[in-house]
Amino acid sequence: MEHIELFFKSIFVDNMVFATFLGMCSYLAVSKKVSTAVGLGAAVIFVLTVTVPLNWLLDQYILREGALVWLGPEFADYDLSFLSFILFIATIATMVQLVEIVVEKFSPSLYNSLGIFLPLIAVNCAILGGSLFMQSRDIETLGLALNYGFSSGIGWFLAILAIAAIREKIRYSNVPAPLRGLGITFIITGLMAIGFMSFGGMLTGGEDTPKTDETKTAVQKEENTNTTIEAIDEVVEVSTITE
Amino acid sequence: MGLLSKKDSKLILDPLADNNPITIQVLGICSALAITAQLKASIVMAISVIFVLGIGNVVISLMRNVIPSKIRIIVQLVVVAALVIIVDQILKAYAYTLSKELSVFIGLIITNCIIMGRFEAFALGNGPWRSFLDGIGNALGYGVILIIVGFFRELLGSGTLLGFKVLGDPIEKTGLYAIGYENNGFMLLSPMALIVVGIIIWVQRSKNKALIEEH
Repeated sequence: MEHIELFFKSIFVDNMVFATFLGMCSYLAVSKKVSTAVGLGAAVIFVLTVTVPLNWLLDQYILREGALVWLGPEFADYDLSFLSFILFIATIATMVQLVEIVVEKFSPSLYNSLGIFLPLIAVNCAILGGSLFMQSRDIETLGLALNYGFSSGIGWFLAILAIAAIREKIRYSNVPAPLRGLGITFIITGLMAIGFMSFGGMLTGGEDTPKTDETKTAVQKEENTNTTIEAIDEVVEVSTITE
Repeated sequence: MGLLSKKDSKLILDPLADNNPITIQVLGICSALAITAQLKASIVMAISVIFVLGIGNVVISLMRNVIPSKIRIIVQLVVVAALVIIVDQILKAYAYTLSKELSVFIGLIITNCIIMGRFEAFALGNGPWRSFLDGIGNALGYGVILIIVGFFRELLGSGTLLGFKVLGDPIEKTGLYAIGYENNGFMLLSPMALIVVGIIIWVQRSKNKALIEEH
């Protein structure tokens, strides 16, 4: 149930493009034709599915406060979370490079369709944003992180597919000259975002407004830090008992 | 500008209007849209980007002859990430509530396309001083749009500017509210940012016909 909820929430309610504006640059630049949009969208799904769980592991076992406790109890109060930007982006850049090499070796046809987009993806905000939201929303298990990466990728894919289709059609309409190209794309995206807002009540029954959501996550975060501290205390206790 | 030669001042002034990174080059949209519901957040974001892009351009320009071109993207990302960590830590130390509001978007400066775009297009081929000016100019061009969007969204959405109630008090019905004015809460929602930027593009292009796209 948790998985299904997260899946639909990431695709529709928290859609990367329409709710948080992630990956707008490539969304606007590569959406002139449906075929290229599909290629880039597929590459984004792929890379998000790989990097979000990886960064989840990094976050869980190296970065967050008390994460280094597996090295020994004396590491319990290390907090390396200020390093998360640099580690996340390094993971993403290396993964993109690695994925490129592996795909080129094992599936040349896939490489031909994805190939040119992969280097673009390293600097796509949707990818880093996926990892940063995964961290700030406190995704709890590796499975959920995998699900989150995959489903937000699908959300992004849907968005770029939709705008590419609309842009192919809009060429034949009589748009005011100064709005042609970029201007009308912005406004259409805005209208699509308004449309996507109607999904907001899909999972919560319309009770949760975004604001309460934020306070809720903040409260949850506090609770989580408390529980992690307790957990660490327990671990310390257990280790002293065994000694 | 007596201090700068004509060529150098062009580096700063060009991105402000005719070669604006947001409305013409289409770079750095993500953060521009997400945090502009308030003027204050927009200003802080603009300053952060000016800092990161100015310094980052100088660093990359100094290193341009020693970076092997195959791994230059990773080197660039590491430089930006280091600078962004500095900004993030400063914000967390001196403006904690604001840094909570900006949430992940400070981190997303790393992947802001303006930064990578300027590194690739300018800093890798020019000296440090010119790169510095170029960085400042482009970041200013970005900041100007951010502040315009933030201004309209905060003014029309909540009737305040930087938190001051410029249009009167909506509860006690003073100022404009006395004659039946209402805030347009819709301006605070994210889709309106896109539409406001779309309108800015419209205005700019109808003033300057040379910028109009074919299709």
